[in-house]
Parts: sequence; C-alpha cells; structure tokens
Amino acid sequence: MLKGAKVVVIGDRDGIPGPAIEECVRSAGAEVVFSSTECFV
Amino acid sequence: MDLENQKRVKELSDQYGAENVIIVLGAAESEAAGLAAETVTAGDPTFAGPLTGVSLGLRAYHICEDEMKSEVAEQVYEDQVSMMEMVLDVDSIKKEMSAIRSEHCKF
Amino acid sequence: MNSVIQATGYILAHTPDMLVHNGTTQTAERAANPQSEYLQQMPRYLRNYQQAIEYLPNQTYIGNLTPEQLAQIDQPWYDKKAEGAVRFGKFGEIMPQDEFLLLMQSCDVFDLVWLSKTFVECTKPRLSSHPLIGEDILSKIKDGVEQESVERYVHVEHAEPLYHLGELVGFVKRAHDVDINLSAHVMLENLVSKATSVLALLHLIHRAGIDKSAVSYVIDCSEEACGDMNQRGGGNFAKAAAETAGLTNATGCDIRAFCAAPAHALILAASLVSAGTHQNVVVTAGGCTAKLGMNGKDHVKKGIPLLEDVLGGFAVLVSKNDGVNPEIDTFLSGRHTVGTGSSPQAVITALVTEPLDRGGLKITDIDKYSVEMQNPDITKPAGAGDVPLSNYKMIAALAVKRGEIERDEIGAFVEKHGMVGWAPTQGHIPSGVPYLGFACDEILQGKISRAMIIGKGSLFLGRMTNLFDGVSFVLRKNTGAQEECAASEQQIRSMIAKAMREFAENMMREQR
Repeated sequence: MLKGAKVVVIGDRDGIPGPAIEECVRSAGAEVVFSSTECFV
Repeated sequence: MDLENQKRVKELSDQYGAENVIIVLGAAESEAAGLAAETVTAGDPTFAGPLTGVSLGLRAYHICEDEMKSEVAEQVYEDQVSMMEMVLDVDSIKKEMSAIRSEHCKF
Repeated sequence: MNSVIQATGYILAHTPDMLVHNGTTQTAERAANPQSEYLQQMPRYLRNYQQAIEYLPNQTYIGNLTPEQLAQIDQPWYDKKAEGAVRFGKFGEIMPQDEFLLLMQSCDVFDLVWLSKTFVECTKPRLSSHPLIGEDILSKIKDGVEQESVERYVHVEHAEPLYHLGELVGFVKRAHDVDINLSAHVMLENLVSKATSVLALLHLIHRAGIDKSAVSYVIDCSEEACGDMNQRGGGNFAKAAAETAGLTNATGCDIRAFCAAPAHALILAASLVSAGTHQNVVVTAGGCTAKLGMNGKDHVKKGIPLLEDVLGGFAVLVSKNDGVNPEIDTFLSGRHTVGTGSSPQAVITALVTEPLDRGGLKITDIDKYSVEMQNPDITKPAGAGDVPLSNYKMIAALAVKRGEIERDEIGAFVEKHGMVGWAPTQGHIPSGVPYLGFACDEILQGKISRAMIIGKGSLFLGRMTNLFDGVSFVLRKNTGAQEECAASEQQIRSMIAKAMREFAENMMREQR
C-alpha cells in the first residue's frame, strides 16, 4: 500500500512525532509530500 | 486537527488525487487518532477548519497499525516506533481507526 | 561546586474574563464564527473565584496539597472540592482577577493600563491588605478614569478591553500607532506575563527570607516576546519584573525554548552560580493569556467547567552551595541534540539514560521524575490523554528495553517514580518545574534523595525547524560537598605547589 504512495504525515509530539513516521514510511517506499507534528498542550 | 494541516491535506488531495494519498498518524490517544481520521475522511467534526463539510474519504492509518508496520523496514520500525507500543493503547487505536475507515473511507 | 535551590514560589491568578476575551481558542472562534454555540454556551461553564480556589490541582500548585495526597483522590477532580481551601498556600497564592488587574497596572510604566474609577475604589482596599504588596507597588495604582473614557478608548482608540465578571472595567492602550509589536493586544499579553512573574518573585523572596538586594541575576523563561517592530523579541521581561519586584541589584535576561525553557534556565542559573559569576540567581516565568481556555470547546462539549481559567507563575532561587539545600547536579544533565533524532526512544535516551549512564546510575536510581506535569483533568476530556502518565510510561518502556525492569513492572514503576499532574496547561508552567517546591521538601525530609527534572519543547511550532527540544538535570540531596570541595581545593593547591617545586628543582639541576 505504501510503495509509491503520496503520504501525508500527521505526527503527535506525545505519540509518534512526524520525523519518526517519515523514516518509517520512506523505508516502505512511500513519498512523503507533507509532514507535521501536532502538539496538544 | 490543526487548521493549517487541514488546509494542506485538502490541497494535496486535490493536487495528487484523493485515491493516491495516504494519511499516516502518530496520535498518542485513540480519541485523537479517531478525530484526525474522521477529519480526513468525513470532514472536520469540530466545524472549525477548511475540511468542515468536505468528505475526502482518504485512506488514514496509525503508524502502529499492522497494515503500516508490516510494510516498514523492521529495523526502522524498531528504532523509531517499537518502544511506543509499550506506551500507547495500540488495541484501542486499531479499533478506532478501522471503525472510522469502514464507515468513511472511499478507497 | 554544585549550586542549590534555596527557595521556590508558585502563584496562580484566576482570570475567567481573560479566558473569554484573550484566549486564542475563543478569539479565533469569535473571528470565524461569532454566533457559534460554543461562544453562547461558554459563560455558563466559567468558574467563580471560590471554585478556582477549591479546585484540588490549584491547591496542589500552591503547595497546600502534596502530589501524593492529590493522587489519593479519584479523578476527575473538577467535580470535587478541597474543603476549607484558602487563597494562600505554602508556596504562594491564587490571586483573584480584580486584584490582578490592579497589580497589572502597577507593573505598567508607560501609562498603558487604565481602570475605571469605581473599579479601583472598590478593589484597591483589598489589594492594600495583601501581605506582600507594599507601598512601592500600591503607589503605582492610578485613581481611575470615568467609564465613558473606558468605552471611548476601547471603541475608538484600538485599546484592548479589560473585563471583570462580564463588566468592562478598563483597557490596555496600544503603545504605538502602527507598530504591531506594541499593539494593545501584545501589550496586554506582555503585561500579564510581567505581572504574574512579579507576583511569583514577591512570594519567592518572602519564602527565601533574603534581602532583595542579594539577587544579582534574573532569568525569565516564559514564552512571550517583548520588543518593537525593529526587534520583535528584544527583551527583557526579567529585568522589567525585577524592577517592579524591587530587586535593585539585579540585571538579567530572557531565555526562550518553548516549554523546555524553565529547565534550560535552571541549568544556566546553576552554571552561573557554580562558576562563581553570581551567588544568587532567580529563574522566573509569568503566565500566558493566549492559552486560557485552550481546550474549552471540548470541556463545554462534555459539560465540564472551563478549567483553563488560571494564569500560572513561578520563581526559583538558585544559590551558592550552603551544604544543606538540594543540589542541582549539572553533571547529570541530559540534552536532546540536533543529531538525536525524534523517535521517542531516542528522545528519552538523550534526556534520561545518557546523563544517568554518565553518573553510573540506573533509571530506577532516580526516586521521582518530574516531566510535563499537565493536569489530566484538563487534557483527558480534550482527547490529549494523560501527559505525565504517558511520559512515565516512556521512561519505563526504555527501562524495559534496557533490561532494568520487566515489562509487567511498568505500572509499578510509574506508580513509584511518577506523579499525577496538577499544573495548568500554560505551556512552560507545567514543564518539570512544578515539582521543585515539593522535591526540595521531600529531599530535605529524607523522603527521596534524587529527582530528575525534564523539560521538553515543541520547537517546530515556531516553524524555524522541525526539531523538538529537551533538557534535563538531577536535583539531589546535598552531600555536604562544600567542605569536601574546600578540602580538595586545598589539596589541589598543594599538589600544584609541589609540582612547581619539583619543576624548579629539575630546572636548576639541568642548568647545573
């Protein structure tokens, strides 16, 4: 599913932050088109 | 979901085609994961952002879900995410995400 | 030689009208959707001053209830009250909004804050009876202006209105006609930050029992910026607050690092004292109007009170080692670096285990960890979870990965080494520092010997970097290092003298 897909990453500072998810999906062959980390506090 | 992020999701979905875009979340709570997933599928439930009333129906997954984990290189997942599996309530996140997908996902 | 924490001060100001008019959740809603259901329902969910005083986490913040006692009480806490709760606490106080508006005016040296005559007449006598507010501050409160003047400034002159119990009672003028960094909105935010910092400083000095002139340096670690259009964050809240608080012998500066700033500031303060540059350094921060009611929509939707109705402030006195008070161990200080990476395990490794490894300590050797002590009563209904709990679980999970505890011991670890959160969601205010007052008490009483203070900051919100930030340090029982150090200094001196003698003898021998 991820291979060749355009991925939008919405990370969470208190969960998994954006850059960590980016590394993951890139390793699966996805293209990250936008990445952000949300902070609820 | 942050209003600026909603705007970007909408733009990127228009640009690449909704069928080609996947949203990958890292939310700490199932409730927050569910809200984000709902926002990019059914529309913003808080009626605050650009996705209010916009049903994109995008595919949305949490990085801890099996569909994602199985495709990520094992060592990368181990280094980046594995520790959080002990911290997050992964079962409740999975349940929440698949419920939203089966109801609102179009792809 | 390590420095010590000599005293702490913690204050809250209950400002429900600022929640309504200055919190960004509310101002954004009013701009986008002025008729929204939330805005209409909101007033019914505001708490009065007595309710804010009786709120268990608030009583904990000012030291009348320990974190341990708070943890004994089942959550949620918003439907319970602290019986017999009072305004003043061991560490500080909860100031009511009307008195706070007067304090704010006394912190304004540019004639920007104006209050109506009747409001001042009615409120000033009460502020005058405040045990820590003297004539130096009271004399700066103006007699007040007519109500028509208040209305005119708000409606014609772009002033920011000040309300109390729904009534317009004053305004903050803009400080410049075109400079947006001196707009009425910015001036209000900054004066609120300054006034809460001043109140925390007054309580700190009182609790420390030192002469105001003994403080030589003040570091402000809040999240506001003061300056004009040519230097937006020029500064300096620290010196401005020190002036109002009467710390005549001090200068200072502002340190900014989002919510991580208090931990950064304490490490810097400890280093300044350890280096002998200063003997008494104060770290202080005021509160933030923008974050008032931040999760209000979720609270109202769930039918619970608007709990984010208090501004927070704190001040900490870092002093030369007295051989008694708890030491800030900067050797055991962790930092999230540019190269650390953003995965939670990399972050916790950098902040917790790297410094502990350096000192030959295990994760379980730290008695208490103070993380982001956000009150879960506020964050849970907003879907943001229990922030301290998830931080403790991360530390425990790393301990599992390192083989220091078993996976089924995570819960027990969290219970033993963690705490429930009690601080308001004021960004930097909950970040590591709310525990310092209790930590000092518990270390002095021999209940614990080591605490780790962790500050984390979301730098990416400033859109300058995608990085996260964090620093940590250990607070520990005083080891009486003062004498040890003096002795070792003498030893070093005699070693140097001996080496010099030997060197000279060798030289002479060679010359012969």
